Amino acid sequence: MQRYLISRLLMTIPTLFGVAVITFILLRLIPGDIVMLRYGTGALVSEDVLRAERARYGLDKPLHEQFVNWLWGLVRGDLGLSMWTGKPVAYEVAIRLELTLQLAIMATIIAVTLAIPLGTLAAVKQNTWVDYAVRVFSIAGLAMPSFWLGILMILLLLIFFRWSPPVVFTPFWKDPLANLTQLIWPALAVGYRYSAVSTRMMRSALLEVLREDYIRTARAKGLVEYLVIIRHGVRNALLPVVTVIGLEFAFLIGGLVVTEQVFNLNGLGKLIVEAISRRDYTMTQALIMLSAAVFVFVNFLLDLCYMWLDPRIRYR
Amino acid sequence: MQTGLAQEATLLRKAHRQNIVLRFVRRYPLGAFGAGVLLVFAAAAVFADQLAPHDPIANNFAVMFRPPSPEYPLGTDNFGRDVLSRIIFGARTALLVAFTSSFVGATLGALLGVISAHFGGWVDDLIQRITDVILAFPLIILALAMVAALGTGTLNVIIAITIPMIPRVSRVIRASALALREMPFVEAARALGASDARIILFHLLPNVVAPYLVMLTAFLGQAILLEASLSFLGLGVAEPTPAWGLMLRGAATQFAERAPWLALAPGMAISLGVFAFNLLGDALRDALDPRLRL
Repeated sequence: MQRYLISRLLMTIPTLFGVAVITFILLRLIPGDIVMLRYGTGALVSEDVLRAERARYGLDKPLHEQFVNWLWGLVRGDLGLSMWTGKPVAYEVAIRLELTLQLAIMATIIAVTLAIPLGTLAAVKQNTWVDYAVRVFSIAGLAMPSFWLGILMILLLLIFFRWSPPVVFTPFWKDPLANLTQLIWPALAVGYRYSAVSTRMMRSALLEVLREDYIRTARAKGLVEYLVIIRHGVRNALLPVVTVIGLEFAFLIGGLVVTEQVFNLNGLGKLIVEAISRRDYTMTQALIMLSAAVFVFVNFLLDLCYMWLDPRIRYR
Repeated sequence: MQTGLAQEATLLRKAHRQNIVLRFVRRYPLGAFGAGVLLVFAAAAVFADQLAPHDPIANNFAVMFRPPSPEYPLGTDNFGRDVLSRIIFGARTALLVAFTSSFVGATLGALLGVISAHFGGWVDDLIQRITDVILAFPLIILALAMVAALGTGTLNVIIAITIPMIPRVSRVIRASALALREMPFVEAARALGASDARIILFHLLPNVVAPYLVMLTAFLGQAILLEASLSFLGLGVAEPTPAWGLMLRGAATQFAERAPWLALAPGMAISLGVFAFNLLGDALRDALDPRLRL
């Protein structure tokens, strides 16, 4: 098993390398660079200044050299300086990570507390009005764009409570109440969609499990129905649900792009949109690598989870 | 003129077809509802020129921010454009993007998945590793970066939505095709000396139609959402093309309190469209390939 885990970890290296290559190429394909964006294309600044500026960012070197330099930095854990702010990328990420991470965790909590009971209920009461209600609720959650849900929330809060999202983020450890009143709305907007995905998975996984022989055995030996469902059903249906929850969580770290925009939250998602539009190569590259690394790492953890949740799974 | 027998056969076939539709409606009422909504949307998209009461693009500053009225059923926006007309024309954009990207994405994905499963070995390894890489990108960020590189506009949005879709489809199709590969009829074809192309095109592909269709419908809704998100961020369909996501950008949030209809109508259109596609997709999944988890 140890050997499997090690080879599984090693397998992530080519994946991350591939992400690095695609990211690097994709960014250079975006027309214009940061120097052009800062100084414009007009004749206001002389060619010499532009050339000097490009040299300062290392943009004058051949592409392969730029790539190798960046990759070497990555390997050493050095993400470089943000081209736009001049501060270390690691610093810019660190000050925003707290917000995005907290939002992702809150959304996950909302999703899990909704999804597991609702999905179970829908599966147990399959094809009754309960099932239909849960399914419509969750399909609606998939259908409503979270940014629109966010706009509606802000609108309603403004009309009924004269409350609008604050411009500055209050960290949890400074003022928990202010922090939660600020983040609960975006967490709900994201969490609804997230719970919808998980509810659907919970329902379909449990439906499949409930058809298994051991469920019939459990019922035949006279076990109370709710124990059959919980002990034999839900526990065995959790595996794919955990997968969905893990993968969605991984995507939230880099993918809260639109929600953060709507609620005016200065997190990683907003940062990446800004970084792309500013042609801040170092920043964008770091953020994409970060979200890919989180995704790959979560996948690895999920594999570990499988072994723990399902003793039948033995990897070679 | 058809002979009596042929006529009867045609009638029977017709009755059978109606029967299938009826059976689908009865067994999957939610799916049928979704299909109905989509027909309305499709009609709006096709007959937008005839249906829209006003020009969706022309500015008319005399009638800015009009609340809903008989003249402007859904009000007007900050340029005095009729919101209803923009919603109707927006259906055209949404469905064009959704259908093109889902069709191309699902087809290429299916082809790759089947090729991967059929050849196995290094071909499979290569395709799977590339798939791993693309799957490691958050969907929205990959699409975002691609639109930034290609430039905004409807065609580029379609490309940016199609590419991330391919590996997701190919994974599912590959799993189905792997099971098929061991089936006696495929083995028989191989024993008869059928070429790789023949086995892939005539034996494998027709048998993955069920998961293919299910994936395709599932992605239709997602494509609409993704297009709306990109347009909302200003990295999607470009003004003045009427698009639902674009209508939620800027004025809709800025003047949300003064003119709430600006935020309500496009969001409703997006949600209803995606909702309908998902209902239909679920029903199709239950009918065609119930073991597929989406």
